[in-house]
Amino acid sequence: MRIALFIPCYVDTLFPGAGRATVEVLERLGHELVFPEEQTCCGQMHVNTGYQRDVIPLVRNFVRTFGPYDQVVAPSASCVGEVREIYPRLARLSRNPELVAAVEALAPRVHELTSFLVDTLEVEDVGAYFPHRVTFHPTCHSQRVLRIGDRPQRLLAQVRGIELVALPSAEECCGFGGTFSVKNADTSSAMLASKVANILQTGAEVCAAADNSCLMHIGGALHRQRTGVRTLHVAEILASTEAHPWVPA
Amino acid sequence: MSGGAPKARSFSKAAHEALQDTQLRRNLARATSTIREKRLRATEELPDWQGLREAGRAIKAHTLAHLDHYLMRLEQNVVARGGRVHWARDAAEANAIVQELVLATGAREVIKVKSITTDEIGLNDALSAVGVHAIETDLAELIVQLAHEPSSHILVPAIHKNRAEIRALFLDAMGLAPSELSDEPAALAAAARRFLRGKFLEARVGISGANFAVAETGAVCVVESEGNGRMCTTLPETLITVMGIEKVVPDWRAMEVFLQLLPRSSTAERMNPYTSFWSGVRPGDGPQAFHLVLLDNGRSDVLAQPERRQTLHCIRCSACLNVCPVYARVGGHAYGSHYPGPIGAILSPQLFDTPEADTLPFASTLCGACYDVCPVKIDIPSVLLDLRLRSVERRRVRRGRLAALETEDGAMRLAAAVFAEPRRYEWAQRWARVVQTPFVRDGYVERLPGYLAGWTRTRDVPAVPARTFREWWRARERSGSSEP
Repeated sequence: MRIALFIPCYVDTLFPGAGRATVEVLERLGHELVFPEEQTCCGQMHVNTGYQRDVIPLVRNFVRTFGPYDQVVAPSASCVGEVREIYPRLARLSRNPELVAAVEALAPRVHELTSFLVDTLEVEDVGAYFPHRVTFHPTCHSQRVLRIGDRPQRLLAQVRGIELVALPSAEECCGFGGTFSVKNADTSSAMLASKVANILQTGAEVCAAADNSCLMHIGGALHRQRTGVRTLHVAEILASTEAHPWVPA
Repeated sequence: MSGGAPKARSFSKAAHEALQDTQLRRNLARATSTIREKRLRATEELPDWQGLREAGRAIKAHTLAHLDHYLMRLEQNVVARGGRVHWARDAAEANAIVQELVLATGAREVIKVKSITTDEIGLNDALSAVGVHAIETDLAELIVQLAHEPSSHILVPAIHKNRAEIRALFLDAMGLAPSELSDEPAALAAAARRFLRGKFLEARVGISGANFAVAETGAVCVVESEGNGRMCTTLPETLITVMGIEKVVPDWRAMEVFLQLLPRSSTAERMNPYTSFWSGVRPGDGPQAFHLVLLDNGRSDVLAQPERRQTLHCIRCSACLNVCPVYARVGGHAYGSHYPGPIGAILSPQLFDTPEADTLPFASTLCGACYDVCPVKIDIPSVLLDLRLRSVERRRVRRGRLAALETEDGAMRLAAAVFAEPRRYEWAQRWARVVQTPFVRDGYVERLPGYLAGWTRTRDVPAVPARTFREWWRARERSGSSEP
């Protein structure tokens, strides 16, 4: 299958490892990948802060960039959620019927990575090897907007050598919320304190998730507090094999 | 107000203080986690909870789409059964109506059933201004009234108080000696009961809110736990009910749905102890004068907004408060409104158009836990997004060209311009990598300036690495290899 990669702006800029891992996994499964270079950002930060009109040009850019492809895959539940659930609203705000139609046609073809693997490629064992203790944080967008349920955990369960530990109160928000993390930094930190405490309780070496956005916030505290626990995107675990095991950078 | 108007402050300032109150944090954490568990059990045992939610949503949506019709029918039927209906455009009109009605009876004291609507309009203060004392008879409302504090939760107004604090309030208000009252919950309740019995038996005027009003027959409904509502609506000669216009439901069949949705969502019970319906008056039995005051106070403005009118579906169950990770840490006072929590974050800025209330739509991570539990399916995250847009656009209109000088607005415009052009975006990535250099230690930045400073108070942030994804991809394409 020919798949267009949608690599969100913060993955591209700060967490390229998750992008490289996505490439590794999909190519290992035998698919041809394209990275349309005209892509930039989905605009979620703006939308969630009230600057929706400012990013209508980004919606146009997204539609132009990815329109030609049958399958678009991104290692980010929140960005895919943005495209599927919010882009129709932004397109309506633009009052441009062509944009509304283009978004309507493209949105169903944009997939979050773990959903794509499980639902479209119908695979749960991607041949991964990761002999570490891991706990999984189900991000709010993945659970309540995209409703990917336990797809990431099903993929992780097939990873050889992995020791998966359930995260207590997993369904509770980590406190990131985009600009909420700076505009309401105190409350954000209080919520993060609970999430970190729950992670530490598992004794896991790695906290994984399907979104680098939450992981940037969680990992930021895990690092600041010198907990010895790190964060990894699900893709990075799935990319690790016995021939090429993941090693800390 | 039961105990005073909540202090108006920006949410982030209020939250900053509240987060440091360790007693509050503990009370809230314990109370909300207990009720969360209970609600889950109470709703999961039903065969089709989701179907019920959809029915609740559909009835509310339909009613709101024909609100004028149902309100007229309601009035017709209340009057046909011997009651009187008064229409109040806003808080001032509602207070004036109630003042006049109470003064006409000659009563100097009224007994009240818990009603956030009466808090919203400041009724207790308005009555006090004409020499009438309003006594709260709901135990928690009584507590906050005695403490001269505003309520901090829709359902459990005194959630922020523990029993030692309550005992202290009662000793003072009821003139009891310390040896006469322990802090055991049963003892506290008994003391309140004795205190309130006298009031129930003497009162000539009762004032209530309403959970629902059935247009088909003019029946008004109060759903409660303690029985004080039953006392206040049956014992006094005169009963006055103040009700938001969105509380009307078309018919009795609708009550089948709401009486299942409400108790399970609020107190997490299969059925609450006392549900009272009354229609008009009956000679020789119960109140001989019944007045229904219909309150608008901004509700029809909410109704006019297609994205936001679902706010009016609310049946005041407070399930959203109990699952909200923000509310669970800051409590109700931090919202500076009688309507706190997730529903408060959308209702308060629409009813009370103040700069402080305008910070409430941002008091959320958009996690969506509230939407999942709302028995009438209010998509709170969606309304929050719309109110955030409203906030930004109104600020831009107000400040004109100067808006761009504000840090966030200027930064957002700049970011949007950068993201709109791929080459600009790539240039910005490279620029960030250069500019960050003096601040990077072992691949992390520990101090960010200005608008972003809040991040690094408690978190590190990774530095932009040596190669971005797209740089890696290009290098790979050029070399023609698939090695990472």
